[in-house]
Amino acid sequence: MTSFTINGKAVRIAADDDTPLLWVIRDEVGLTGTKFGCGIGMCGACTVHVGGRATRSCITPVAAVEGAEITTIEGLDPAAEHPVQKAWRNLQVPQCGYCQSGQIMQAAAMLKDFPDPTDADIDAVMTGNLCRCMTYVRIRTAVRQAASDMAKGPARTVGA
Amino acid sequence: MSRLIPREEIAHPLTRRGFFVAAGAAGLAFGFARVGWAAMDPATPGGETVPMVPPQIDPNLWFSIDAEGGIAVNIVRAEMGQHVGTALARILADELEADWDKVRIVHVDTDPKWGVMVTGGSWSVWQTFPLFSRAGAAGRIALIEAGARLMGVSPTACKAIKSEIVSGGRSISYGEIARRGGAVRQFIPAELDKLPIKPPSQRRLIGQPVKALDIVTKTDGTARYGIDAKLPGMVYARPKMPPTRNGATVVSVDDSAARAIKGYLKCVVLDDPTKTVSGWVLVVAETYYAAIRATDLVKVQWTGATGADVSEKDIQDHARQLIANSDGGVDLDVGPGDTPAAFRKAASRIEQEYTTSTVLHFQLEPVNALAVEHDGVMEIHTGNQWQSLILPTLSKALNLPAEKIILRTYLLGGGFGRRLNGDYTVPAALGARALKRPVKLVLTREDDAQFDSVRSPSVQRLSMAFDGAGSVTGMEHHACAGWPTEVMVPDFLAPGKNGKFDPFAISGADHWYDVGSQRVRAISNDLANSTFRPGWLRSVGPGWTNWAVESFIDEAAHHLKVDPLAFRLKLLTAKGRNAGSAPNAVGGALRQAEVVRRAAKLAGWGQPLPKDTGLGIATSFGQERDMPTWVACAARVRVDRRTGIVTPEKLTVVTDAGTIVDPDGALAQTQGAALWGLSMALHEGTEFVSGKVRDVNLDTYMPLRIADVPDLDISFVESAEVPVGLGEPAVTVVAPAIGNAIFAAVGARLRHLPITAEAVHAALST
Repeated sequence: MTSFTINGKAVRIAADDDTPLLWVIRDEVGLTGTKFGCGIGMCGACTVHVGGRATRSCITPVAAVEGAEITTIEGLDPAAEHPVQKAWRNLQVPQCGYCQSGQIMQAAAMLKDFPDPTDADIDAVMTGNLCRCMTYVRIRTAVRQAASDMAKGPARTVGA
Repeated sequence: MSRLIPREEIAHPLTRRGFFVAAGAAGLAFGFARVGWAAMDPATPGGETVPMVPPQIDPNLWFSIDAEGGIAVNIVRAEMGQHVGTALARILADELEADWDKVRIVHVDTDPKWGVMVTGGSWSVWQTFPLFSRAGAAGRIALIEAGARLMGVSPTACKAIKSEIVSGGRSISYGEIARRGGAVRQFIPAELDKLPIKPPSQRRLIGQPVKALDIVTKTDGTARYGIDAKLPGMVYARPKMPPTRNGATVVSVDDSAARAIKGYLKCVVLDDPTKTVSGWVLVVAETYYAAIRATDLVKVQWTGATGADVSEKDIQDHARQLIANSDGGVDLDVGPGDTPAAFRKAASRIEQEYTTSTVLHFQLEPVNALAVEHDGVMEIHTGNQWQSLILPTLSKALNLPAEKIILRTYLLGGGFGRRLNGDYTVPAALGARALKRPVKLVLTREDDAQFDSVRSPSVQRLSMAFDGAGSVTGMEHHACAGWPTEVMVPDFLAPGKNGKFDPFAISGADHWYDVGSQRVRAISNDLANSTFRPGWLRSVGPGWTNWAVESFIDEAAHHLKVDPLAFRLKLLTAKGRNAGSAPNAVGGALRQAEVVRRAAKLAGWGQPLPKDTGLGIATSFGQERDMPTWVACAARVRVDRRTGIVTPEKLTVVTDAGTIVDPDGALAQTQGAALWGLSMALHEGTEFVSGKVRDVNLDTYMPLRIADVPDLDISFVESAEVPVGLGEPAVTVVAPAIGNAIFAAVGARLRHLPITAEAVHAALST
C-alpha cells in the first residue's frame, strides 16, 4: 500500500510496489493526461512533478513516491492557465499533442531552475522530451515566452 | 489519392455520396445502441461532442446548424496533429458565410454514408476543398432562400454575412432560421456541380490566421487519444508476438509463471482467418501493467514463422539482383523514349546506386484498440487513418458484415502512416469476442516497433546520358523496395506499361525534369514483402526516391562541371509532359523552378562560406504528379573532417502548395516535415536482423531531438491555385539537400540513408 497526494488529493494505492507510477496515475487514479510513450524513461511523455521535480513516471516505482506530492498536467494550474500552458496555446505548439503534457511539465519544472533560460539551457533540458511531430522550434519559442511572462508577472511566492 | 478514391467521386463527390437534406431531422442516426458517444470534438475535454440545441437543420451531410446558431461540421479525416478539422471547416464555413466563432468540428465514427475514410498522402485539403466549398455554398443558398421566406423578401435582395441573412435593414440569424423550422432546399447533383466557388478575393476565412480548434485540450491533459479509451468491465491485453510477422501458428502456451502475477487472467490464442496477426497470443489481465509483466513470463511455442533467416543485407542484395534483371518490374508510362538508343549514342554517361535503410514510424502513442461486441455489433475505439481499408479485414476476421462493425474515432498520438494499417484492431476485436467483454489491447513500445509496418529498405540505380554539348539525352531510374500497396491493398496497384505497380513505392522518380528519353521502372522486392509488412511512412515513395533523384541530379551537374542550381533550372523548362495542366498542376515545372530559385536566393547561393561548410539544394514535386506541391530546400551544413560529424546549420525551405487554407497550420506542417526529413537523413534508420528490426526503443533508435534542430527559414509562394498537400512534401527534399551540402562542403558523396558520421569519415578517407 502506497500513500501520496496527487494534485492536492490524498490517495492510497494497493498496486504492487514495483508498479510504475505511470500506470497507477493512468489506470488507478484515472488521470490520462500523462502518457505512455517508451516505457524506459527516454521520451518524456510520462513526465510529472514529484515534489516539484520533473520525473519520468514510467520508470518510477510507485513505492518510491510514498508520502510525496505529485502534480500531473491536470493539476499544474487550477484553471490550466500556467504561463507555460498559455504560451503553448498562444504559439500553437501542439500538433498531435501526445507528448505535450510531458513537454509542458518538463518546461514548467525547468523554469524554476532557469527562470531566464538561454537556448542552450532549453536544449539541454528539453532534449530529453521527444516530440515525434517535431514541434521543437515552437517549444523553444514557447519556453522563452513563458519565461518572459513569468518574469514580468505578479510577484510570486518564494519557492513556488 | 486518385488511386484510392474512385475517379467519379473526385469529379462529383456530392453526386456520389448524395446530398442528404433533412430539414429539422434529428441529426445522425446510427441505427443501433452504442456504448460510447458517436464522434469526437477535439475542442472539448474528453472529446465529447457538444449536444445540438433543437430544432436543428441539416442542409446537407456535411454540417448541421442548431437553434442557437452552432454549426457542427462533420470531418471524416483523422486528427493526428495536422489540425485537419480546423482547415476543412474553414473551407466550408467560408462559403457558408458562417460566423467562425460558432463553428465546431466533429470527427465522425465510421458509417457507410461518409464514403471512403482515409487520412494520408497529404490529400485531405486538396480532396475536400471542392466538396466542402460546394457543401458550404449550397448551405448558404438554402439559408438565403429560407431567410428570405421568413422575412417576406426576395432572395435576390438578401446576402449572407457572418451567420446572418441580411436584407436592407433587416436580418435573421442562421440559428433563428433553424429555430423557426425553416425548410432548406434540396440540391440535385447537376445544380451542385454548377455552384460557383468564391473567387479568392472574396474569401473571409481561407488564408486568414486562425487558432486551431484542437489546441487547448492538448495543453491541459483533457485531449483523449485511443489509448485513453475506457469502458466498464474492460480487461487489458498485451500481445505475445511470434518470432516474425508472417506464417507463425501457435503450438503451445505455457502460462505457469505468469499465474504468479497479481491480476493476470488468461491467455487467448487468436484464430485469425485473415492472417493479419498470425500466431499472436493475447495475454489478458486486470491492469495493463499486469499484462506487461505476465506477457514477459508467458512461454509460447510457434511453428511456421517465415523470414527468421532474413537480414537487411539479404533484402538489399535481392533488390540488386532484381534490378540487374532487366525483364522484371514494371515500367511507368513516362513517354515513348528509347533509352538504350540514347545511352548508345551518348558522349558521356554516369550511373550510381542509392540505398536507404529500414525506417520506423515510432509514432509516440503505441498502437492500441479497445473493442466490445454488443447487440450484434463490434465496436472498436481507436485512432486510425484508413478505416475503409481495415473494415473489410475485420469483417472477414469476425465473420460479421462490415456494416455491423464501427470504428469510434479518437485523436491519434501520431499517425505518420503507421495507422493507415489498422492491423491492431483485429486482435482487440478477436479478443473481445473470445472473452465476451471489452478488451483493451495496448502494444508496448517494443511490441509496436517490432511489428511496425516499416518503410522498406530500398535500392535504386540511376543512369544518365549526355551529348557532346552537355545536354541530358536520356535517364533511367530503377527502384526496388517492399511494396506496401501490394501487400495490404493490391486492388490499388496502378497500371504501368507492362503490369501493375505500387505508386507509393516509385512516385517521385517520375520527376518534372526534361531528360530526353526516360525510363522509370518500379520493382517489388518479394523478399521484403514476405519478411515484414511494408508500410506507408510520411512522404512515402518520394521520401526515398527523391533521395536518389536529387543526389543524382547533383552528381550529374558536377559531372558536367556546371552549377547544380543552374543545371536544375535548365532542366525545369515545363516542356511536353512537364508543362502541367489545370486544375492541379497549372504552370508545371516552371513552378518547381521558381521554388528552387527562391530557396537558393534566400539561402545565399553562390556566396562564400567558411571552410568545410557547404550549401546543398534539392527539390521535388511533393507526393504525386497528380497533385504536385512544389518544394525546394537549401541546406547549409558544416562537416568535421576529423570525425565525419555533420552539423546542419540551416534549412531554407520554399513551398508552393497553391492556396494556403490555414497559414499557421501550413507552417507547422512544414516545420515538422522538414525536421522529419532531417531526422531520416542523419538520425533514423534500423535494419532487419534475423527477421526482426534491430532497434525497438529509444535507447538505440534515435530520432531528432530539440538540441539537433538547426535554424529553419520556411516560406510559401503566394498563390490562388488549387490547394494541394502540405503534410509531407518538405520531408522529401531535406536528405538530398544535406547530402549535396556535404559534397559541397568537403567533396564526400554519400549514397546511403541515414548518413552516419562513420560513412562521412570513410568517404573522406578514400
